[in-house]
Formats: sequence, structure tokens, C-alpha cells
Amino acid sequence: MLRLPSFEYTAPDSVDDVLALLAHNPRARLVAGGTDLVPNLKHGIEEAEVVVSLRNVPGLRDVTERADGGLDLGAMLTLEEVAEHPLVQAKYPSLSQAAGVVAGPHHRRMGTLGGNVCLNTRCVYINQTYFWRESLGFCLKKDGELCHVVKGGKRCVAAASNDTATVLMTLGADLAFASRDRGERRLPITDFYVRDGVYNKDMQSDDLLTAVSLPAPAPGLHGAYGKLRPRNSIDFPRLSVAVAFTLRGAGGGGDSGGDSGGSSGGDSGGGSGSGSGGGSADSGDSSNGGADSGGSGSGGTVHDLRVVVSALAAVPQLMRNVTELAEGRVADEELFAEVAAACAKQCHPLTSIDGDPTYRREMVPVYVRRTLRAALAEGQSAV
Amino acid sequence: MERNVINRTHGPDAPHGEFHRVGQRARKVDAIGKATGQAIYTDDIQLPGMLHAKTLRSPHPHARIRSIDTSAAEALPGVHGVITGKDMPTKYGVIPWTPDENALAVDKVRFVGDEVAAVAAVDEDTANRALRLIEVDYEVLESYLDPHKSLQQHDPVIHEGNKHGNVSKHVRLEFGEVDAALEAAPHVVEDDYFFHGTAHAPIEPHCAVAQSGHDGVITLWSSTQIPHYVHRALARVLEIPAHRIRVIQPHLGGAFGGKSDPFFFEFCAAKLAMLTGRPVKFLLTREETFYTHRGRHPMEMHFTTGCDDDGKLTAVDSKILIDGGSYSSFGLVTTYYAGQLLCGPSHFPTYRFDSTRVYTNKPPCGPKRGHGSVQPRFALEIQLDRLATKLGIDPLEMRRRNFQGAFARTVNGMTVTSNGFMECLDAIEQASGWKDKRGKLPFGRGIGAAGSMYISGTNYAVYPNDMPQAGILVKLDRSGLAMVYTGTSDIGQGSSSVMATLVAEELGLRMDQVRVVAADTDLTPVDLGAYSSRITLMAGNAAVDAGRKLRFKLQEAVGEKLGVPAKQVMLADGFAFDSQDGDKRITSQEAFELAEAKFETLAATGSYNTPERGGDYRGGTIGASPAYSFTAHCAEVEIDVETGEITVPKLWIAHDCGRAISPVQVEGQIEGSTYMGVAELQMEDHDVYTDPAHPEAGLHRRPSLLEYTIPTSLDTPELEAMIVESLDPEGPYGAKEAGEGPLHGSLPAVANAIYDALGVWMTHLPFTPGKVLEALREQGVGGGAARAGGASAGEAGASGTGASGAGGGGSGASGTGASGTRGGGGGASGSAPDVAAIRARLAGKRDKPEGDA
Ligand SMILES: Cc1cc2nc3c(=O)[nH]c(=O)nc-3n(C[C@H](O)[C@H](O)[C@H](O)COP(=O)(O)OP(=O)(O)OC[C@H]3O[C@@H](n4cnc5c(N)ncnc54)[C@H](O)[C@@H]3O)c2cc1C
Ligand code: SF4
Repeated sequence: MLRLPSFEYTAPDSVDDVLALLAHNPRARLVAGGTDLVPNLKHGIEEAEVVVSLRNVPGLRDVTERADGGLDLGAMLTLEEVAEHPLVQAKYPSLSQAAGVVAGPHHRRMGTLGGNVCLNTRCVYINQTYFWRESLGFCLKKDGELCHVVKGGKRCVAAASNDTATVLMTLGADLAFASRDRGERRLPITDFYVRDGVYNKDMQSDDLLTAVSLPAPAPGLHGAYGKLRPRNSIDFPRLSVAVAFTLRGAGGGGDSGGDSGGSSGGDSGGGSGSGSGGGSADSGDSSNGGADSGGSGSGGTVHDLRVVVSALAAVPQLMRNVTELAEGRVADEELFAEVAAACAKQCHPLTSIDGDPTYRREMVPVYVRRTLRAALAEGQSAV
Repeated sequence: MERNVINRTHGPDAPHGEFHRVGQRARKVDAIGKATGQAIYTDDIQLPGMLHAKTLRSPHPHARIRSIDTSAAEALPGVHGVITGKDMPTKYGVIPWTPDENALAVDKVRFVGDEVAAVAAVDEDTANRALRLIEVDYEVLESYLDPHKSLQQHDPVIHEGNKHGNVSKHVRLEFGEVDAALEAAPHVVEDDYFFHGTAHAPIEPHCAVAQSGHDGVITLWSSTQIPHYVHRALARVLEIPAHRIRVIQPHLGGAFGGKSDPFFFEFCAAKLAMLTGRPVKFLLTREETFYTHRGRHPMEMHFTTGCDDDGKLTAVDSKILIDGGSYSSFGLVTTYYAGQLLCGPSHFPTYRFDSTRVYTNKPPCGPKRGHGSVQPRFALEIQLDRLATKLGIDPLEMRRRNFQGAFARTVNGMTVTSNGFMECLDAIEQASGWKDKRGKLPFGRGIGAAGSMYISGTNYAVYPNDMPQAGILVKLDRSGLAMVYTGTSDIGQGSSSVMATLVAEELGLRMDQVRVVAADTDLTPVDLGAYSSRITLMAGNAAVDAGRKLRFKLQEAVGEKLGVPAKQVMLADGFAFDSQDGDKRITSQEAFELAEAKFETLAATGSYNTPERGGDYRGGTIGASPAYSFTAHCAEVEIDVETGEITVPKLWIAHDCGRAISPVQVEGQIEGSTYMGVAELQMEDHDVYTDPAHPEAGLHRRPSLLEYTIPTSLDTPELEAMIVESLDPEGPYGAKEAGEGPLHGSLPAVANAIYDALGVWMTHLPFTPGKVLEALREQGVGGGAARAGGASAGEAGASGTGASGAGGGGSGASGTGASGTRGGGGGASGSAPDVAAIRARLAGKRDKPEGDA
């Protein structure tokens, strides 16, 4: 097994103590579930003098329904809890879907929402052992000067790979931070990620993410999550797509596509197996068995469409022009194809992520279209 | 000296009329221990004062070592020993003809990860720190990452002194007049195929613990699947007599061929234990297992196959380039196997293969489950389907027409004994509903089949000798216990359970009355280990042999006691009794006591060596086996033509294992093999960066189990394993192998099913979704965006085409509607396929011959 470097470990039991520790030592690192930090420490991509665990801090694991109908989700909620929480499922099914397809069941039981939002960027040249990176001659994200993805590039383009961030951006989430020196602060998640793969977050080393705050779902809100990955579990996204829109004037209850309705836990369903069935059966349906799920004549019109595509570079990308393109139009295959085409133009997958970038690029419109269909059909599982 | 062939086989019949243990769905002897965590694996071993060792690896694919300075590492507190290649300069190789490895690099490194030095320290962290203090001065050499380059260029040479430059082995064998036969053949198919490299990815990383005893004995516990070869190699490299070395294989967490070679960490653990006087543990990280490798060789294969108007094969011709990586390992055998193991179950009267293995600066390839023949089998079975399609013959019928039969001689001189392939074909045909599916499923869904054969052990002992390949010792105790001492390695395949079952059957015992001690060179007779699917047949025959000797004694002693002829005494289920009068009976324990009193302390050895087999030519025993297993695979596929994703909902596999000593274990091997084959087809990819212009050249692309994807349970097809029992005269109670054969056909069956689904032949593995889309585009079927486009306009238009290809191909009307709309609007919509026309063409292709018939 790879060895963890040695560091001091502490698990305080109040937010104030956490903030004090962070303010005191800029080389202190927070650990929540550790499913990202621990491998990164082992690989020497991240270093820590003190590791401050959040496990004993009260109040970071609450789901609070606000008077306005929105939800505040504590940063320490596990992904499994987020995926399976009835309020999340009812109000923001796409978030439940995304949380349910992060990594594998064990990771979702350890890994947290806060850790997912703060996930380090990923690249085939960086998520390797020290020996491997040294043999390569390192790269500019850590220990070196060159980028091997964009030859001659001066900026690291390691990819944002967090499944929930993509969805949270479509839902207009705010992030709530606390720090000893700057107090409490709120930031829309759309402003949180910055275009630098070395560190892609607008956050200081003494910031604690306390909660993710979701606005009340607008009436008729539809959303879904789509994830391209080699296996039906464990893998990081090779493409991450989230959509959200409000549907007005939909005719009757006939707009549900024949999704298998697996548990939203994706492959977490343990014995159920329907989670994965959802994924593949869904794609099977749309390709082989008459692609009519979207077109079943709901007749509703699309408003406030947001599409976010991630696993491209350091920032989950909010697609431009699609809101205008779709505003007020009937939610049908024609519209979805146009939106998909508009997104495809804006997405440029790189070799920072394993898998042929040309293929991944081809899959952008396919996944956008399928995710839109899934949103319209209000299916339970991620695409 | 004339070889005294010890080939004791006893035929397929039960020792007492009917079987009591054989054929039962019994639990493996080590199942509970493994499930509860009681089983001891090598890494579980902790000895007092034990040190931990780590190795320094080369960062360069090819370099000369000018000097190594270990002084700073040696000076680090906590470090007890540092060694380099100089400490063990003797070369070795698992095949004695190709000793090109050193325990640690002597003057050159040959791949990124090649081992240069080793350190033993009080703990792993200290050892790792010490490694960073070792200074190596390298002169970087031009590297070979493309096998074609190794074929053409020999300077610098990867192995100095190699007679053939960078060629590791070349074999060309021809049987009959191939060119003439191809010339005369009315139907010929000729294609290129590619098999990428794959790793074994066992759950347990390699580990060894060594102890240098005060009595001068070196004990090595190691996660090896062949203790005997490790034993021999240790004696050679450490330069101490073999009798002062003991090799023990604890429980093993999977091997699949990846633990067959003697490895650097075994030599280093032993050497460091000798130097420090303290026990030394050497545990590899997951990353390191990808460097240790010995995985399946990448092969570029050019195959030509001809047949007559009835579909009878007339010739097979292959030319194969094998990327061997940096060392020989079993490569000599691989190069032969790539040709020798194809000559059944289909017969062809003329055959030529020309295979060349070259060295490259990559982790060394070696044997992986289905050694050498999985790759060419993939090519050949697709060619059979290509010919069948040309002639309009059903693929199963094609294989029936070419069936070689039982007790046949193959074109390359191998002897086939029992052969249940026809029953295998019948079984998959019925179970899969073949007749209702083949050519009849909607576009995007298909069904395909393939056949294969595999050896049950090889006549070719890795080092030439006249001694038995398998030996066993059975000792009967007054307590009523039968102890089985076997040199076989249970690597999870269940060989210890097979040995216990055979001895229990022969002696009429319950399973709790038999215990097995395995794979300890001090305690167990020599057996050549777990490779080439040899144990059940070879050690199994030895077990029956030993058991039978003891049975005769028991029958005699009990007969005397009961007053009946010895022959009339039956042994079953823990009793010995008069077969004419069941009331006359005593327990097995009493029987043991009687026999011990009558004769002497009760023990017997058993042995097995192969009968004379193989062709009368150089290499003619490589690929020769006492008996061959046969398998038929049938795969159903569903392809998402928009994403290119292949789903294999179900595979049916019928395997002729001669006789199933343990049906559950046979089924487990069928399922495990097929799982592995489909994994290699779809996702596993042991790949090295090859562009020499870039700094990543020579680095393994994905040396971790996150990126080296092996299927999870959610990605695994449903597998229906069916057993066919042909009762082989050579095997113990008729048994043949089951551990490797059922891998082969899984890949071509899926490829052939893809043809049925899409009308395209996919020939280059792995079948990634991107390649599926590419194949579809070549065929003119839409799917995804046009790759050629590149410009955004192309993509915009093509996304519409994608929808049309998908929907249209499916149920028709609804999807095509959408495509019509988009097709009219998009600039690049010229690529929108005429779905109806394609479907018609494919339908025609399926029903009718391809044209030249
Ligand atoms: C095999 C494997 C597969 C994976 N696959 C996926 C995948 O498919 N999709 C995906 O999105 N992720 C994946 N992950 C990554 C990871 O499991 C998840 O992203 C998880 O949500 C991380 O949460 P955590 O609590 O474990 O984070 P940690 O590792 O504890 O923390 C991650 C980072 O966030 C910081 N942090 C954590 N909490 C806070 C806080 N409250 N305030 C400020 N900073 C904080 C930490 O300091 C650290 O830098 C995978 C991981 C593994 C090992
Ligand atoms: S994109 Fe990858 S290679 Fe380039 S600097 Fe970032 S991590 Fe390194």
C-alpha cells in the first residue's frame, strides 16, 4: 500500500476551534470524509502539517428547510445522505441523482457534500504517485513547470470532476463560509470556481464551508444529471452534464417517460440493481427503443434553462446562450437538439482526463440531449 | 537415459460403482477460512524483528547505469541493508533457455519501473526515505516503444548479446501446402486484428517474507503460483544449494498467471534477510504490480483463412507480431502458443504461423489466463464467422461442419482425446434461443458465438527432465485422517479442494476426514505448480494414484477382518463395508488401524507424467497436452448506437471439462474466465505512453485500479455456465481443465454478436465506445457527431444525425421523425444516413451470402 506522509491530526468539536486552527496554521488542511484528501496526500499532490477533521463538529450535518421553501444542506452530510434524503429527492431530484452516482457506495458513505464541492481538480498527469510524476518530470500543478496537456501552456487545466458541483450550478446554490478573520460569507457557486487547475476555488486556506444553500425550487422546476463514465460505479465523470429549467403549461400528467424508476441512489441501491438499470436501460431506450420519451407531447414550454457541463477544465462550464435559445419554446426533441448543438460548440474536452477527447466531445450533445429528456420525464436516476 | 514414463491413469470410472464425493456441489476446503479472515496470506505474516523492504525503480524506459551511490541511504538511521544488482549478478529466467533477467538491474534499465536497488529498514517509511537518498547516474538511451521499431532497428539493443537484436523469439511453422491451398480456395478472408495488452489485476498485490535461519536455511513465504520454479531460481541467483532453501506459498489472493515468474522481490527479500540476519518483508504497492506485470501480450495479427464451397476450411495462415516488453519471461512459449493452440475444435488441413516476439521498453509481458492463445483465437473465430457469412452458413453450422472429432490428430501433430465440442454447441444453441435470435434481433442487438480449445497442462516441462510433472504424498493417520501433501498451488482456483475430493473419493472418506498441506517445498513432493491448467489432470492423476495404492491395502486388511475377498470391500462416506452385505461394516478409522497393523505406517506417493505427445519437429511438444478442453460461447449484445456503448446482457458458455470433479468450481472457473475475457474486450487496457517526443514516453498510462478499469458487478454480464462431460481417458476420473479455456471464446463471441447487431466487423481491441462509433461511421451508419467535421458546424449538424441514426435504427417511426426535421436544417446533414436503406442492406447481408458465393 502507498504510505501516508506523517502529519499532526486533530478533531476539534466546535466550529470556532476549527476556524482558530485554520487561522493559526496556513498549512493545516481540513478533512471531511477524506476520500479525496487522503489519496492526494499519498500521491504527494497535497501536503499538510496538521489535518483538521470535521467529524466531531456539531451542526454541519443538518438538512434545514427554510421558510421560503429552500434547503440548507450541511457541508458534512454524506453523499449517501444527500442522495437519499426525501426533501432533496422531492425538491431537487437532479442533486439526488448526482450525489448518488459519485464514486462507489463506500465512497458515498464516507465522502461529504462539502468535500465534493471542494474536490481537487483531476488530471491523468497529476493523480499519480510521486515516483510516476517524478519520472514524468512533474508538471506545473505541483513540483514542476510544464503542462503536459496543453503543451507550452502556462495555466493548469486539470478538470473539475465533482458531480454535485455541476448540478448545484444549475440550481443556483449559494455556498456559506466561515472564517475567523473574515467572519461569515456567502457566495453563489457560479462565482466559486476559478480558471486555474492548480487551485480552482475562491476560498482561503482558513475558510470553512459550512453549508450549501439551495433556493426554493421554482414551480415546474425540472432537472436531471448525466454522467459519462467507463463503468457504472466508482469512476469519476468523463463528462458531467446537469440541466435545469422550469416547465410552464405542461398538459396533464402525461409527461413521464418510461423510466425504470430505480432508487435515486444510483448504484448505491445495493441489492436493488435498478439504479444501474436506470442508467443503461435509459440509454438503451433512447437509442434502440424508439426515442419518444421526450416527445410525448407534454406541450409545456421551457423557461430559465440552465445547462452546466463539467469534467472539461478547471471550472464547471455554464453554457452560454442556451437560456435565450430555449426561452418560451416547447420542450421537444427539436429544441433539445438545438440546445445540445449549442453546448457542443462550447465544450472542448482535453487529454487531462483519460478516454479519447474526441469521443468525449462527441458525447457532449448526446448527453445534453439525454439529460434534457430525462429532466422532462422526471426520471429518478442519472443518465 | 530412457525416460521411465510414469503415466498412471485410471480411467473415468468411479472406484466403487458410483461417485460419492466427485460431482458433489461441495464447499471449497478453504472457503470458510477465507470468508472469515482466518486464512493467512503472505502479508499477514509478522515475524519478530522483521524489516520492510522497498525498491528503487528506473524513471527511464531505457538507460545505462553509469554508477550507483548508496552511501547516504546506508547511513540513514533505521536502514539495515541496501543492495544493488552487483549483489546478485547471476541472470535467470523462468524458461532456462532465455535467462535475461537480473534480480536488480546490473548495468542497464529496460523500462520505467525496472528495479535498480533495494533497501531493508525498520519500517516502510524509512525504507522509502532511504530510496530517495540513492543516487543513480543514468545515460539515457533511445527507447523502443513500438514493436515495429524493435523489429527493424537493433542499435541500441535492449539486451546486449542477444543473437537476434531486439527480436526475442521467432517461430515459423508450416503444416501442408498453405499457399497452394489458399490459391485454390474459392473463399478467402484476410484481415488484420489487434489485441491490446492487459494485466492480471489480482486482488492481492505480490508479497514475500524471507527468513535466514540459524541452521543456514532460507525460508521464503511468497505469493507465488509456482513455488518450485522460485525454489530453483533462488538457488541459482543466491548461489546456495537448493536443499538449503524452503519456499512456502501461503493463501493467495488471485494470480491468473501474474505470479508465475520468479521475481525480483523474492530474491531481494531473501538476500536482504541473509545480509541483515533479520526477517524481511517485501510487499508491492498496486502501482508496482503493473510494473511487475507479465500480463497478456499485445499482438498484431494478420490472418488469412480459406474454405471450400461447403464451408470446409482448407487453410489458415497467420503472421503475428508480439510486443514482449522488456524481458523474456515465458515469451518463448508465448510465441509458440500463439500458433500451436489453434488447431481445434475446427479442423483445417493446412496451417502456417509465423510469430515474432520483440523486446520493447515496457513492463515485461508474460502468461495470463489462456496464455498465448486468447489473442489469435480472437482472430480465428472472427474469420470463421466472416467465412460463414460470405457463404450464408449459420455460424454454429459452420463450426459443426469443421469439427475435428474426438480422438483426432491435429494438423500440427497434437493428439486430441475426448472432445465434447458438439455437445457444447448444442447446449449454447438451445440455452440462448439462437435460432430465434440470430439475424432476427432488431438493429443494435445481436447474438454471436465462438469455439475454442485449451490444454490441460503441457508436455513441455519448463526445464527438461525425466522426473514426474506431479507428485503427491498421502498419509493415513490412526485418527482416521488422511493427510494430502501436494506441491500444487491453490491460487483461488480450488486445486486443494480438488486434491481433497479425489483422495476422499478413492478412500471412501467424508471431506472432513481429509486435510491438505500444499505448496511447501520442505513438506510436499515437487509439483510444477499452477500454470497451463495442469493441476486437475496431472496432480489429480497423482492423487488418484496414491489413493488407489492405499485403497488396495485398506481393502485387503478389511476383507481379512470381514472375511470377504478384498475386491468385495467398498469404501464410501467414512465406512468400509462388504458390498454384498452392507451390515458388515466398520468405520474408516478402524479400517486405517487394521491396515496399519497388517502392513506398516500408512503412506503412499503418487506420480504423473505426460504420455508421449506432440509433433515430431522442433517445438512440437510446446502446446502438446495429455487432453484438451473445449468450449463454446454465445454472447448477446445490445449496442447504443448513439454512444457506442456495448452492453452484454448475457453470455451462455458450455465447457467440456471431461468430468466435473467439483461442478461449482467448474462453474466458477467458467464464469470467472468469461468475466475476464469480456473485461479485456470492453475496458481493461494495460497501456504505455508511446510518443517518444513527449516526457511521458514509456510511462504506464494507468497503474492504479481506479484508472485501470476492471468491471464492477454492475458492469458484468449475466453468465450461464453449462458443463459438458466428455469423460477423458487420460484425466483423473475423466477430468480435464476448466480454468483457462472458457476465457477464449468470450471475446470473439461478442465481436461476432456485434456483427449480428450492427453489420460491422470489429477487429481491434479494446472495443471502446469510440471505436464502435468509428466502425459504424465506416459502415455509413450515423451515431454521435461526425469525427471528420471538427468544425463546430459539423458537430451541430451531426448531433441531429446522431439522433436520427439512433432513433431510426431502433423502432423506426418516432425517431426518424426527429431526424427528418434536423436533417433538413443542419448544414452538415449530408451525413444523415438513409436508415431504411442501411437496414435493408444489413438484412440482405444477413440472409444472403456476401456475393462471391
Ligand atoms: C475511487 C474514487 C472514485 C471517486 N469518484 C468520484 C466521482 O465519481 N465523482 C466525484 O465527484 N468524486 C469522486 N471521488 C472523490 C470523492 O470521493 C468525492 O468527491 C467526495 O465527495 C469527497 O468528499 P470527502 O468528504 O471525502 O472529501 P475530503 O477528502 O475530506 O476533502 C476534499 C477536499 O475538500 C476540503 N474540504 C472538505 N470539507 C470541507 C469544508 N467543509 N470546508 C472547506 N473545505 C473542505 C478538504 O480540505 C479537501 O481539500 C472519488 C474518489 C475515489 C477515491
Ligand atoms: S493540466 Fe495536468 S499536466 Fe497540465 S499542469 Fe494541470 S495537472 Fe499538470
